[in-house]
Amino acid sequence: MTWSDRPGRRPALVLLALVFGASLAAAQVGADTRRSGYQDMGPALQKMQDDDTANPAMLFVQLGEQLWSKPAGAAGKACADCHSVADMKGVAVRYPAIAKGADRPLDLDGRISLCRTANQQAEPFAPESRDLLSLTAFVAHQSRGLPIAPPDDPRLRPFRDHGAEIYRRRQGQLNLSCAICHDDNAGKKLAGVTIPQAHPTGYPIYRLEWQALGSLKRRLRNCLVGIRAEPYGYGSLDYVALEIFLADRARGMLWEAPGVRP
Amino acid sequence: MTNVLINAPKTARRGELIELKTLILHPMETGFRPGTNGGIIPRNIIQRFVATWNGTEIFSMDLSPAISANPFVSFFTVATESGRVAFRWSGDEGFLAEESVTIDVV
Repeated sequence: MTWSDRPGRRPALVLLALVFGASLAAAQVGADTRRSGYQDMGPALQKMQDDDTANPAMLFVQLGEQLWSKPAGAAGKACADCHSVADMKGVAVRYPAIAKGADRPLDLDGRISLCRTANQQAEPFAPESRDLLSLTAFVAHQSRGLPIAPPDDPRLRPFRDHGAEIYRRRQGQLNLSCAICHDDNAGKKLAGVTIPQAHPTGYPIYRLEWQALGSLKRRLRNCLVGIRAEPYGYGSLDYVALEIFLADRARGMLWEAPGVRP
Repeated sequence: MTNVLINAPKTARRGELIELKTLILHPMETGFRPGTNGGIIPRNIIQRFVATWNGTEIFSMDLSPAISANPFVSFFTVATESGRVAFRWSGDEGFLAEESVTIDVV
Protein backbone atom coordinates (compact mmCIF):
# COMPACT_ATOMS: atom_id res chain seq x y z
CA MET A 1 0.00 0.00 0.00
CA THR A 2 1.56 3.24 -1.11
CA TRP A 3 1.24 6.41 0.88
CA SER A 4 -1.10 8.19 -1.40
CA ASP A 5 -3.59 5.33 -1.21
CA ARG A 6 -3.93 5.64 2.51
CA PRO A 7 -7.43 6.78 3.35
CA GLY A 8 -7.76 10.16 5.03
CA ARG A 9 -4.55 11.46 3.54
CA ARG A 10 -5.84 12.73 0.22
CA PRO A 11 -8.43 15.28 1.45
CA ALA A 12 -5.74 16.84 3.61
CA LEU A 13 -3.39 17.04 0.63
CA VAL A 14 -6.09 18.58 -1.55
CA LEU A 15 -6.88 21.10 1.18
CA LEU A 16 -3.20 21.95 1.50
CA ALA A 17 -2.93 22.43 -2.26
CA LEU A 18 -6.00 24.65 -2.22
CA VAL A 19 -4.69 26.83 0.58
CA PHE A 20 -1.31 27.09 -1.14
CA GLY A 21 -2.85 27.89 -4.50
CA ALA A 22 -5.08 30.56 -3.03
CA SER A 23 -2.28 32.24 -1.11
CA LEU A 24 -0.03 32.10 -4.18
CA ALA A 25 -2.74 33.74 -6.27
CA ALA A 26 -3.28 36.36 -3.56
CA ALA A 27 0.45 37.04 -3.46
CA GLN A 28 0.53 37.51 -7.23
CA VAL A 29 -2.45 39.88 -7.21
CA GLY A 30 -0.93 41.75 -4.29
CA ALA A 31 2.40 41.97 -6.12
CA ASP A 32 0.96 44.03 -8.97
CA THR A 33 1.12 47.56 -7.61
CA ARG A 34 1.11 49.13 -11.05
CA ARG A 35 -1.28 52.04 -11.48
CA SER A 36 -2.41 53.71 -14.65
CA GLY A 37 -2.16 57.50 -14.71
CA TYR A 38 -5.96 57.34 -14.88
CA GLN A 39 -6.09 56.21 -11.25
CA ASP A 40 -4.01 59.19 -10.16
CA MET A 41 -6.43 61.71 -11.69
CA GLY A 42 -9.33 63.34 -9.89
CA PRO A 43 -12.89 62.04 -10.37
CA ALA A 44 -13.79 64.97 -12.67
CA LEU A 45 -11.04 64.10 -15.15
CA GLN A 46 -11.82 60.39 -14.93
CA LYS A 47 -15.42 61.17 -15.85
CA MET A 48 -14.20 63.34 -18.70
CA GLN A 49 -12.20 60.44 -20.13
CA ASP A 50 -15.00 57.92 -19.64
CA ASP A 51 -17.72 60.01 -21.30
CA ASP A 52 -17.25 59.75 -25.06
CA THR A 53 -19.08 63.03 -25.64
CA ALA A 54 -17.00 64.93 -23.08
CA ASN A 55 -13.60 63.41 -23.93
CA PRO A 56 -12.03 65.93 -26.34
CA ALA A 57 -9.85 63.18 -27.83
CA MET A 58 -13.03 61.70 -29.31
CA LEU A 59 -13.17 64.70 -31.67
CA PHE A 60 -9.90 63.46 -33.13
CA VAL A 61 -11.13 59.86 -33.23
CA GLN A 62 -14.03 61.20 -35.29
CA LEU A 63 -11.56 63.00 -37.60
CA GLY A 64 -9.53 59.79 -37.89
CA GLU A 65 -12.66 57.89 -38.88
CA GLN A 66 -13.18 60.32 -41.76
CA LEU A 67 -9.54 59.93 -42.86
CA TRP A 68 -9.86 56.15 -42.62
CA SER A 69 -12.22 56.00 -45.61
CA LYS A 70 -10.71 58.89 -47.59
CA PRO A 71 -8.58 57.76 -50.58
CA ALA A 72 -5.07 59.19 -50.66
CA GLY A 73 -1.91 59.04 -52.75
CA ALA A 74 -1.03 57.73 -56.19
CA ALA A 75 -2.60 54.35 -55.42
CA GLY A 76 -5.93 56.10 -54.83
CA LYS A 77 -6.69 53.79 -51.92
CA ALA A 78 -8.17 54.49 -48.51
CA CYS A 79 -7.27 52.55 -45.35
CA ALA A 80 -10.77 51.07 -45.54
CA ASP A 81 -10.05 49.52 -48.97
CA CYS A 82 -7.57 47.05 -47.45
CA HIS A 83 -8.45 46.87 -43.73
CA SER A 84 -11.71 46.44 -41.90
CA VAL A 85 -12.19 48.47 -38.74
CA ALA A 86 -12.81 45.24 -36.81
CA ASP A 87 -9.33 44.02 -37.80
CA MET A 88 -7.83 47.01 -36.00
CA LYS A 89 -9.01 45.62 -32.66
CA GLY A 90 -5.93 44.54 -30.73
CA VAL A 91 -3.42 46.27 -33.03
CA ALA A 92 -2.56 49.18 -30.74
CA VAL A 93 -1.88 46.94 -27.73
CA ARG A 94 0.85 44.98 -29.53
CA TYR A 95 2.81 47.92 -30.94
CA PRO A 96 5.71 48.86 -31.13
CA ALA A 97 6.53 45.83 -33.26
CA ILE A 98 8.60 44.86 -36.27
CA ALA A 99 6.38 44.91 -39.34
CA LYS A 100 6.61 42.21 -42.01
CA GLY A 101 9.66 42.81 -44.17
CA ALA A 102 11.02 45.56 -41.92
CA ASP A 103 14.24 45.34 -39.94
CA ARG A 104 13.55 47.92 -37.25
CA PRO A 105 10.64 48.30 -34.87
CA LEU A 106 7.90 50.86 -35.47
CA ASP A 107 5.35 52.32 -33.12
CA LEU A 108 1.74 52.67 -34.16
CA ASP A 109 2.04 56.08 -35.83
CA GLY A 110 5.25 54.93 -37.51
CA ARG A 111 3.39 51.90 -38.85
CA ILE A 112 0.55 54.07 -40.14
CA SER A 113 3.08 56.37 -41.85
CA LEU A 114 4.77 53.34 -43.46
CA CYS A 115 1.43 52.12 -44.79
CA ARG A 116 0.73 55.57 -46.13
CA THR A 117 4.00 55.93 -48.03
CA ALA A 118 4.46 52.31 -49.12
CA ASN A 119 0.90 51.17 -49.89
CA GLN A 120 -1.03 54.35 -50.54
CA GLN A 121 2.02 55.98 -52.19
CA ALA A 122 1.04 59.24 -50.58
CA GLU A 123 3.01 62.08 -49.06
CA PRO A 124 3.94 61.11 -45.50
CA PHE A 125 2.12 62.87 -42.67
CA ALA A 126 4.28 65.35 -40.78
CA PRO A 127 5.29 64.01 -37.35
CA GLU A 128 2.81 65.04 -34.64
CA SER A 129 0.46 66.42 -37.30
CA ARG A 130 -3.25 66.44 -36.56
CA ASP A 131 -4.04 63.98 -39.36
CA LEU A 132 -1.47 61.44 -38.18
CA LEU A 133 -2.56 61.73 -34.55
CA SER A 134 -6.23 61.47 -35.49
CA LEU A 135 -5.72 58.34 -37.55
CA THR A 136 -3.59 56.83 -34.76
CA ALA A 137 -6.26 57.72 -32.21
CA PHE A 138 -8.92 56.09 -34.36
CA VAL A 139 -6.91 52.85 -34.63
CA ALA A 140 -5.93 52.95 -30.95
CA HIS A 141 -9.55 53.48 -29.91
CA GLN A 142 -10.50 50.10 -31.41
CA SER A 143 -8.40 48.30 -28.77
CA ARG A 144 -9.92 50.02 -25.76
CA GLY A 145 -10.31 47.68 -22.80
CA LEU A 146 -7.83 45.07 -24.02
CA PRO A 147 -4.72 44.14 -22.00
CA ILE A 148 -1.42 45.50 -23.31
CA ALA A 149 0.27 42.58 -25.07
CA PRO A 150 3.70 43.29 -26.60
CA PRO A 151 4.81 40.53 -28.99
CA ASP A 152 7.38 37.95 -27.87
CA ASP A 153 9.64 38.73 -30.80
CA PRO A 154 13.32 37.96 -30.07
CA ARG A 155 14.34 40.69 -32.51
CA LEU A 156 12.70 43.25 -30.21
CA ARG A 157 14.85 42.22 -27.25
CA PRO A 158 17.93 44.38 -28.03
CA PHE A 159 15.67 47.40 -28.53
CA ARG A 160 13.84 46.75 -25.28
CA ASP A 161 17.17 46.45 -23.46
CA HIS A 162 18.30 49.71 -25.03
CA GLY A 163 15.05 51.31 -23.86
CA ALA A 164 15.62 49.96 -20.35
CA GLU A 165 19.11 51.42 -20.40
CA ILE A 166 17.76 54.86 -21.41
CA TYR A 167 15.07 54.58 -18.72
CA ARG A 168 17.70 54.09 -16.01
CA ARG A 169 20.35 56.45 -17.44
CA ARG A 170 20.83 59.75 -15.66
CA GLN A 171 20.65 62.61 -18.13
CA GLY A 172 20.16 66.34 -18.46
CA GLN A 173 21.31 69.22 -16.30
CA LEU A 174 19.16 67.94 -13.44
CA ASN A 175 20.96 64.59 -13.75
CA LEU A 176 17.80 62.52 -13.36
CA SER A 177 16.76 59.24 -14.94
CA CYS A 178 13.20 58.25 -15.78
CA ALA A 179 13.41 55.61 -13.04
CA ILE A 180 14.25 58.11 -10.29
CA CYS A 181 10.86 59.78 -10.67
CA HIS A 182 8.63 57.06 -12.09
CA ASP A 183 9.91 54.04 -10.11
CA ASP A 184 11.53 55.37 -6.93
CA ASN A 185 9.27 58.37 -6.28
CA ALA A 186 6.04 57.51 -8.09
CA GLY A 187 2.97 58.37 -6.05
CA LYS A 188 4.75 61.24 -4.28
CA LYS A 189 4.25 64.85 -5.25
CA LEU A 190 6.21 66.98 -7.70
CA ALA A 191 4.97 70.45 -6.85
CA GLY A 192 1.20 69.86 -6.58
CA VAL A 193 1.09 66.97 -9.00
CA THR A 194 1.18 63.25 -8.21
CA ILE A 195 4.10 61.62 -10.01
CA PRO A 196 2.59 58.84 -12.12
CA GLN A 197 4.20 55.47 -12.73
CA ALA A 198 4.51 56.30 -16.43
CA HIS A 199 2.57 53.45 -17.97
CA PRO A 200 1.62 54.22 -21.57
CA THR A 201 -1.96 52.97 -21.31
CA GLY A 202 -3.90 55.55 -23.31
CA TYR A 203 -1.83 57.08 -26.11
CA PRO A 204 -2.40 59.22 -28.04
CA ILE A 205 -3.69 61.28 -25.11
CA TYR A 206 -5.55 64.55 -24.91
CA ARG A 207 -3.47 66.51 -22.45
CA LEU A 208 -5.25 69.51 -20.97
CA GLU A 209 -1.96 71.37 -20.64
CA TRP A 210 -1.37 70.99 -24.39
CA GLN A 211 -5.02 71.65 -25.26
CA ALA A 212 -4.40 69.11 -27.98
CA LEU A 213 -3.91 65.46 -28.76
CA GLY A 214 -0.31 64.27 -28.44
CA SER A 215 1.72 61.14 -28.92
CA LEU A 216 3.81 59.21 -26.42
CA LYS A 217 6.89 60.66 -28.14
CA ARG A 218 5.67 64.15 -27.37
CA ARG A 219 5.20 63.14 -23.76
CA LEU A 220 8.73 61.72 -23.63
CA ARG A 221 10.15 64.91 -25.17
CA ASN A 222 8.22 66.84 -22.57
CA CYS A 223 9.89 64.85 -19.77
CA LEU A 224 13.33 65.20 -21.38
CA VAL A 225 12.96 68.97 -21.54
CA GLY A 226 11.74 68.86 -17.93
CA ILE A 227 15.00 67.29 -16.74
CA ARG A 228 16.83 69.72 -19.04
CA ALA A 229 18.17 67.04 -21.31
CA GLU A 230 18.29 67.44 -25.06
CA PRO A 231 15.31 65.67 -26.63
CA TYR A 232 16.12 63.07 -29.30
CA GLY A 233 15.37 64.07 -32.88
CA TYR A 234 12.03 63.34 -34.52
CA GLY A 235 12.00 59.77 -35.82
CA SER A 236 14.85 58.72 -33.51
CA LEU A 237 14.95 55.02 -32.70
CA ASP A 238 15.61 55.93 -29.05
CA TYR A 239 11.94 56.87 -28.64
CA VAL A 240 10.78 53.56 -30.11
CA ALA A 241 13.20 51.67 -27.85
CA LEU A 242 11.79 53.46 -24.80
CA GLU A 243 8.26 52.79 -26.00
CA ILE A 244 9.05 49.08 -26.33
CA PHE A 245 10.46 49.02 -22.81
CA LEU A 246 7.46 50.91 -21.40
CA ALA A 247 4.97 48.65 -23.21
CA ASP A 248 6.75 45.61 -21.76
CA ARG A 249 6.67 47.20 -18.32
CA ALA A 250 2.92 47.79 -18.66
CA ARG A 251 2.22 44.30 -20.03
CA GLY A 252 -1.27 43.14 -19.05
CA MET A 253 -2.53 46.57 -18.00
CA LEU A 254 -5.75 47.67 -19.69
CA TRP A 255 -5.64 49.88 -22.77
CA GLU A 256 -7.76 52.99 -22.35
CA ALA A 257 -7.01 55.06 -25.48
CA PRO A 258 -7.75 57.81 -26.14
CA GLY A 259 -6.91 58.98 -22.64
CA VAL A 260 -7.28 62.36 -20.99
CA ARG A 261 -4.47 63.59 -18.76
CA PRO A 262 -3.94 66.85 -16.88
CA MET B 1 -14.23 70.67 -41.74
CA THR B 2 -16.24 71.07 -38.57
CA ASN B 3 -16.22 68.44 -35.94
CA VAL B 4 -18.78 68.40 -33.15
CA LEU B 5 -19.93 65.99 -30.43
CA ILE B 6 -23.39 66.43 -28.90
CA ASN B 7 -24.80 64.59 -25.93
CA ALA B 8 -28.56 65.02 -25.69
CA PRO B 9 -31.33 62.64 -24.61
CA LYS B 10 -33.43 61.18 -27.46
CA THR B 11 -36.62 61.39 -25.47
CA ALA B 12 -37.71 63.45 -22.48
CA ARG B 13 -40.86 63.87 -20.43
CA ARG B 14 -42.74 67.17 -20.80
CA GLY B 15 -41.49 69.62 -18.22
CA GLU B 16 -38.38 67.56 -17.47
CA LEU B 17 -35.09 69.34 -16.85
CA ILE B 18 -32.55 67.96 -19.35
CA GLU B 19 -28.84 68.54 -19.81
CA LEU B 20 -27.38 69.24 -23.26
CA LYS B 21 -23.62 68.83 -23.65
CA THR B 22 -21.63 70.07 -26.65
CA LEU B 23 -17.99 69.78 -27.63
CA ILE B 24 -16.45 71.35 -30.72
CA LEU B 25 -13.02 71.16 -32.35
CA HIS B 26 -11.55 74.67 -32.45
CA PRO B 27 -8.06 76.09 -31.73
CA MET B 28 -9.36 79.16 -29.78
CA GLU B 29 -6.17 81.04 -30.64
CA THR B 30 -5.99 83.96 -28.21
CA GLY B 31 -4.35 86.59 -30.41
CA PHE B 32 -1.74 87.26 -27.71
CA ARG B 33 0.77 84.51 -28.47
CA PRO B 34 3.91 85.01 -30.55
CA GLY B 35 4.50 82.45 -33.28
CA THR B 36 7.78 80.81 -34.34
CA ASN B 37 8.70 83.87 -36.43
CA GLY B 38 8.20 86.24 -33.51
CA GLY B 39 5.03 87.80 -34.92
CA ILE B 40 1.71 87.62 -33.10
CA ILE B 41 -0.55 84.76 -34.21
CA PRO B 42 -3.83 86.45 -35.20
CA ARG B 43 -6.79 85.84 -32.94
CA ASN B 44 -9.04 83.00 -34.04
CA ILE B 45 -11.79 82.23 -31.55
CA ILE B 46 -15.43 81.26 -31.54
CA GLN B 47 -17.27 84.45 -30.64
CA ARG B 48 -20.79 83.25 -30.09
CA PHE B 49 -22.63 80.03 -29.35
CA VAL B 50 -26.43 79.88 -29.71
CA ALA B 51 -28.82 76.98 -29.13
CA THR B 52 -32.42 77.09 -30.38
CA TRP B 53 -35.33 74.74 -29.77
CA ASN B 54 -37.69 74.76 -32.79
CA GLY B 55 -36.35 78.19 -33.66
CA THR B 56 -36.68 79.70 -30.18
CA GLU B 57 -33.42 80.63 -28.50
CA ILE B 58 -32.90 78.62 -25.30
CA PHE B 59 -29.24 79.38 -24.59
CA SER B 60 -26.52 81.66 -25.87
CA MET B 61 -23.09 82.74 -24.77
CA ASP B 62 -20.25 85.00 -25.86
CA LEU B 63 -16.85 83.32 -25.81
CA SER B 64 -13.63 85.09 -24.87
CA PRO B 65 -9.96 84.46 -25.72
CA ALA B 66 -9.42 82.98 -22.24
CA ILE B 67 -11.57 79.94 -23.05
CA SER B 68 -9.55 76.82 -23.84
CA ALA B 69 -9.27 75.10 -27.19
CA ASN B 70 -12.06 72.69 -28.12
CA PRO B 71 -14.64 74.33 -25.83
CA PHE B 72 -17.05 72.09 -23.95
CA VAL B 73 -20.37 73.78 -23.18
CA SER B 74 -23.08 72.14 -21.11
CA PHE B 75 -26.39 73.66 -20.05
CA PHE B 76 -29.82 72.70 -18.75
CA THR B 77 -33.19 73.41 -20.28
CA VAL B 78 -36.80 72.40 -19.74
CA ALA B 79 -38.24 70.01 -22.34
CA THR B 80 -41.40 71.65 -23.69
CA GLU B 81 -42.23 70.21 -27.12
CA SER B 82 -40.87 67.60 -29.54
CA GLY B 83 -38.60 68.97 -32.19
CA ARG B 84 -35.18 70.02 -33.31
CA VAL B 85 -32.56 71.56 -31.09
CA ALA B 86 -30.06 73.42 -33.28
CA PHE B 87 -26.61 74.55 -32.16
CA ARG B 88 -24.63 77.26 -33.93
CA TRP B 89 -21.08 78.38 -33.32
CA SER B 90 -19.75 81.45 -35.14
CA GLY B 91 -16.43 83.23 -34.85
CA ASP B 92 -13.31 84.75 -36.36
CA GLU B 93 -12.15 84.03 -39.89
CA GLY B 94 -15.71 83.33 -40.98
CA PHE B 95 -15.98 80.27 -38.76
CA LEU B 96 -19.47 78.78 -38.75
CA ALA B 97 -20.57 75.38 -37.49
CA GLU B 98 -24.09 74.08 -37.20
CA GLU B 99 -25.39 70.86 -35.77
CA SER B 100 -28.80 69.71 -34.60
CA VAL B 101 -30.48 66.86 -32.74
CA THR B 102 -34.11 65.83 -32.48
CA ILE B 103 -35.69 65.25 -29.09
CA ASP B 104 -39.06 63.54 -28.60
CA VAL B 105 -41.01 65.02 -25.72
CA VAL B 106 -43.69 62.67 -24.44
